[in-house]
Amino acid sequence: MSSAPALAASGISKSFRAVHALDDVSIELHRGRVTALLGDNGAGKSTLVKCISGLYQPDAGRIFIEGAEHRISSSRHARELGIETVHQTLSVIDPLDVAENLFLNREHTRGGWLGARIGLLDKRRMRQECASTLARLDIRIPSLRRSVGSLSGGQRQAVAIGRAVAWGQQIVLLDEPAAALGVEQTQRVLDLIVNLRDQGVAVLLITHNMDRVLAVCDQAVVLYQGRKCAELDVADVTKDDLVSYITGARGTG
Amino acid sequence: MIRKSISKQASAGLPSPAEAWIDRYRHDGGLRRYVVYLAFALILATFSIILHDDGFLSSSNLLNIGRQAAPIAVMAVGMAFALAAGEIDLSVGSVVALSSLVAAEIVGNHGFLAGALAALGTSALVGIVNGFITVKVRIPSFLVTLGMLGIISGIARNWNDLQSLPIRNDRFSGIFGAGGLGPVSSLLIWIIVVGALGHIALHHLRWGRHVLSTGADRDAASAAGINTARVKISALVVSAIAAGFAGILLAGRLSIGRHDLGEDYLLTVIAAVVIGGTNLFGGRASVFGAVTGALIMAMLNNGLILMGLEVADQLIARGVIIILAVALSMREAKET
Repeated sequence: MSSAPALAASGISKSFRAVHALDDVSIELHRGRVTALLGDNGAGKSTLVKCISGLYQPDAGRIFIEGAEHRISSSRHARELGIETVHQTLSVIDPLDVAENLFLNREHTRGGWLGARIGLLDKRRMRQECASTLARLDIRIPSLRRSVGSLSGGQRQAVAIGRAVAWGQQIVLLDEPAAALGVEQTQRVLDLIVNLRDQGVAVLLITHNMDRVLAVCDQAVVLYQGRKCAELDVADVTKDDLVSYITGARGTG
Repeated sequence: MIRKSISKQASAGLPSPAEAWIDRYRHDGGLRRYVVYLAFALILATFSIILHDDGFLSSSNLLNIGRQAAPIAVMAVGMAFALAAGEIDLSVGSVVALSSLVAAEIVGNHGFLAGALAALGTSALVGIVNGFITVKVRIPSFLVTLGMLGIISGIARNWNDLQSLPIRNDRFSGIFGAGGLGPVSSLLIWIIVVGALGHIALHHLRWGRHVLSTGADRDAASAAGINTARVKISALVVSAIAAGFAGILLAGRLSIGRHDLGEDYLLTVIAAVVIGGTNLFGGRASVFGAVTGALIMAMLNNGLILMGLEVADQLIARGVIIILAVALSMREAKET
């Protein structure tokens, strides 16, 4: 990669009391590439994602976005920097409809200055833009006016991912986006990830499923007990290789 | 097969409003959204038949129901926002009394507008205190507002030694309850105005969507960058202001301010809101439902009196209805 990575985190450390959740971990995300973040439970994957997405402040380490250093102070700040996170659970608001979820806290208003002050929603415009965004990502939802709570798990996750990239966000962190989904729905989410990659988004994918890694990821970073134990080109490895790094049987240090 | 028709629809653009409505009706709530209106019609029909000879359907009695419902309806709209945000406001009854006293105190020397604004301002202040303690000190709102209920009730009792304060201002009384436009009581007009404002705020303002989001899933709402603390405070302020306005309506209709106005409204208001389809635990709210719930409660009250039930029996009947409504609300919460 010749150009500056979309995101580079270097030397990230984070402790909770006596537990070193992350110890000097570095990772790079590139545009148009999907990076897998692997590791057993408690290896520090979620902690790393939370450090990048502004939910945690790392104890040490630096984060560069497009080559410029930033201290990410909050999830709002991360979003302003173009980083969007789809958490396993923190995602959609069930009683709101699809368009309202997509535009949550970024609503379009109408009625000019006064409308903007009181927050008078331009529902029509939001529905239209929502429809075109979902169409661009090839996400199919029966009706944009349905509450998200009435949709299937795969559709809800698709809405969450759609929201993440509806704003031209260039860095997307996905925490087990297919954890609770059936086979077909999982395939649709994987298609969506490939779609994001082809549109030049830098994607970080946390997963426990090695088939998914081999299917959609370009590179893989493996954490073991809070340290990075391997950084691999997915094209060069087998499923067994990945598993042996994750379990700590093998490590490049 | 189904998938194909869906994708066709998506590629053809947005469905028509009618199609969208039918889709939502079939897959998203269905009859549940309209249960309160059916209940209203059913109770109205029942009382119309069994109390026909007692004049239930007479225009004066129906007007009476509307008048009695007005303060409850206004409070219910406010409470719907507190519940939607995942909080509850138990201090509303005492705010009614405080607001009536403040209005009575100010109207005499400074006019009707100053009286109304002072009453609303005082109520808003109570809401701000409720909200700040709930959010910043992290005490559940049912405890904070329960404490506030005691404090405000005490202040109201001390205000004028349990005596009522007279309001001698025809404009105040006329606008807020005693008068009306032709044959239509101003109280009915206020129900419509407050209901419409509440509905717009809930469905067409960014704030309303943020209130629902905060109550439905506070973590997800914060993750989307919503300032959930501010949203919760504002919802409790709206609830307090609505209670203050109910106090003004009572003060206007009775031409007095008194320490015990609104004293026994709390349960009725909560019942009205929950019957109306608002989830007691946040995330789902209906303003029209709350107003209809208030009308149902007033209608029940009126009907039970006409049927000759004693106060004690009325209390029992109301209690049973509240439990049934909450049971229904919890069952729905589990479903979704």
